[in-house]
Amino acid sequence: MSLNIIVLAKQVPDTRNVGKDAMKADGTINRAALPAIFNPEDLNALEQALRLKEQHPGSTIGLLTMGPPRAGEIIRQGLYRGADTGWLLTDRLFAGADTLATSYALATAIKKIEKEKPVDIVIGGRQAIDGDTAQVGPQVAQKLGLNQVTYAEEILKVENGVATIRRMIDGGVETVEAPLPVVITVNGSAAPCRPCNAKLVMKYKYATCPMERTGEEPWKALYDERPYLTLNEWSVADVDGDPQQCGLNGSPTKVKTVKNIVFQAKESKTLTGSDDDISALIEELLEDKIIG
Amino acid sequence: MANYYTDHPEIGFHLNHPLMKRIVDLKERNYEDKDKFEDAPVCYEDAIENYKRILDITGDVAANIIEPNSEAVDQEGPHLENGRMIYASKTYENLDATRKAGLWGISMPRRYGGLNLPNITFSMLSEIISAADAGFQNVWSLQSCIDTLYEFGTEEQRQKYIPRIAAGETMSMDLTEPDAGSDLQRVMLKATFDEENNCWRLNGVKRFITNGDSDIHLVLARSEEGTKDGRGLSMFIYDKRDGGVDVRHIEHKLGIHGSPTCELTYKNAKAELCGSTRLGLIKYVMALMNGARLGIAAQSVGVEQEAYNEALAYAKERAQFGKKIINFPAVYDMLSRMKAKLDAGRSILYQTARYVDIYKALEDIARERTLTPEERKEMKLYSRLADAFTPLAKGMNSEYANQNAYDAISVHGGSGFIMEYKCQRLFRDARIFSIYEGTTQLQVVAAIRYVTNGTYLGIIKEMEDAINHVKEAANNDLHDFLARRLYNMTAEIIMSLLILDDASRAPELFAKSANVYVRYAEENVVGHHAYIKEFKADDLADFLAAEPEAAPAE
Repeated sequence: MSLNIIVLAKQVPDTRNVGKDAMKADGTINRAALPAIFNPEDLNALEQALRLKEQHPGSTIGLLTMGPPRAGEIIRQGLYRGADTGWLLTDRLFAGADTLATSYALATAIKKIEKEKPVDIVIGGRQAIDGDTAQVGPQVAQKLGLNQVTYAEEILKVENGVATIRRMIDGGVETVEAPLPVVITVNGSAAPCRPCNAKLVMKYKYATCPMERTGEEPWKALYDERPYLTLNEWSVADVDGDPQQCGLNGSPTKVKTVKNIVFQAKESKTLTGSDDDISALIEELLEDKIIG
Repeated sequence: MANYYTDHPEIGFHLNHPLMKRIVDLKERNYEDKDKFEDAPVCYEDAIENYKRILDITGDVAANIIEPNSEAVDQEGPHLENGRMIYASKTYENLDATRKAGLWGISMPRRYGGLNLPNITFSMLSEIISAADAGFQNVWSLQSCIDTLYEFGTEEQRQKYIPRIAAGETMSMDLTEPDAGSDLQRVMLKATFDEENNCWRLNGVKRFITNGDSDIHLVLARSEEGTKDGRGLSMFIYDKRDGGVDVRHIEHKLGIHGSPTCELTYKNAKAELCGSTRLGLIKYVMALMNGARLGIAAQSVGVEQEAYNEALAYAKERAQFGKKIINFPAVYDMLSRMKAKLDAGRSILYQTARYVDIYKALEDIARERTLTPEERKEMKLYSRLADAFTPLAKGMNSEYANQNAYDAISVHGGSGFIMEYKCQRLFRDARIFSIYEGTTQLQVVAAIRYVTNGTYLGIIKEMEDAINHVKEAANNDLHDFLARRLYNMTAEIIMSLLILDDASRAPELFAKSANVYVRYAEENVVGHHAYIKEFKADDLADFLAAEPEAAPAE
């Protein structure tokens, strides 16, 4: 069977290589100082989708992302690796969203996409490195009334409308089955995403959302000749969204303060390799419930 | 994220070279593919943008997949199982990544599924992959054997084989045998025509075959019974899917463990003739070898870069006598020469690749229409320059790679001798570069006639009296004996001119290297010049290691 797959992906500041100027004086992220990247676990999710497409010829993959116009790069990065299409949700009314408003926007967009063709699998990373909440995937499933499988490491197969998935649990892995349609969130321990493909990069390198364009592009004549160079761009109105549930309006989460926590070693102990010292240490760790 | 292309802006600089416009125009022929293929460029700027994008992808794959696998591949190496070669396990990951990235069929026309990239870009990609893992570069860059099949095979053969290479099947060139190494005229592998099945059959043994269990082989074999020299040899295509060739041994080598070197047995293996009989060695292998030599030059430049990077990083980190060792003159003397050799070596590699591009593109156009007299003249000029420069690029870079790897260990001191550090692997890997695809000594043989016939002279007048001295002596042994010095002088002067040209266009990247390299070259050229001028034919007697050997009876 061919599958209709939607990959949820987010453009995030690269918090893995944080320099001195990464945070502003007021404690918010200085986005200008951090390169914008494809959220790492969303890349793991994209790889799972691409593998399904290889196993199920005729399947299609679309990337759904929300962000400023430059987040069109997320859709291009997907197209460069083998995705077929994408949608950028971009609108000032979407801005400032917490996880609730984000999942509302994504779920509303998926409902619109479903009007064209039913969706079989919605897949995204477990969490984004800028928020680390892991809430958006499960909330999307909830809003769409779909099954969900979190912490997935590998989609082993999709057969007769059932996906078999290996997922990570505390201290091991388990294999579960879920009937389609299903929402899956993928863990960073899953297979890394494949590199960009040379031919696809050459084909899609000028693909942009209309809001990304300045009108001065030397290749702008190509936009008329090649429709695939114009990416889908949706506003709140385009997805028939309720502005009260989008962006800052729809976000009950309010950040009160942000603190910079520095861990300090208050006291240190020197242990020898003697049996007594080792058993004393084990007892202490057990008491503190650090091990058990 | 690390990226071998964007981390080294010196590579991208060479895409601005004035010859690039001509190369791209010839290669893209009025950009006529743009209406047939979605990945084809629409104009010159677009083509250059495509090259940059592909370099960027390759730089990413090299830095984040191939390099992290390189130590495990070096330690595991390939092994033999029931007559088949099995790569080191991580080599399969590398192959998978290059296939998914679409880095196969690089030079082939789009109508066969290729990327239609010029040699200059292929050389850059090759260099980048080699910097990550020189052994894997062999497996990957042997895809350039397809150029020879494209040039001399039939349309049917092109349609059968090229799309398979573009999809990532691997190649090998099966040339050498136990008694035919540098002297390929001695090849004995027998090709006989099987009338019943209307195909050729191959029987015999090949030895030292790089990536010898590949999917598609080009094989040099003796089709003319009773002949003993190169004129009895023809080129064949062997398809692994047909069977008949087994691996009987894999060599344990000093370096490039990622690149399997196989001994092959041919038992009545079905094969197709490529081109005409009798032209195997004298025409097709020459074409194959020129491509392969440029591949080794690129492989060498990659290792020059990686050795420099390793040495530089260590010298910045390591402190002795209260300061970082990079601040000691003895250390920065080494580092600056490593960088100068790298920049000059890269410059001659790319210059050679550009010469190759122009004449090959014109040759290809000539397959479809008659060239104008100007085009014919241009093709001849660049063909001659390419032939003259290829042995300089291969010989000098393979030596520089060894020198840089040696110096990288010196900069590391005792740590450099410990297996945990990468520089020992670079040192082992580099050693073969000056041996295979024609030893440095044979590069000298290939280049020396261009020295004495004056091809290089147009730009290097100052060499004239040294050359005259050798010519006037009219003594073959003296000529051969001094050839290496003439070759070095020529290469170092040419490379000085190239690096000066680079420095005048991009001083921020190359000014330091140019100053260092020109001094280095001057030191050597003056020495060689004095040596040659003072050398008399009678002096040879002092150097003879053995009594002259009588030629073997035929």
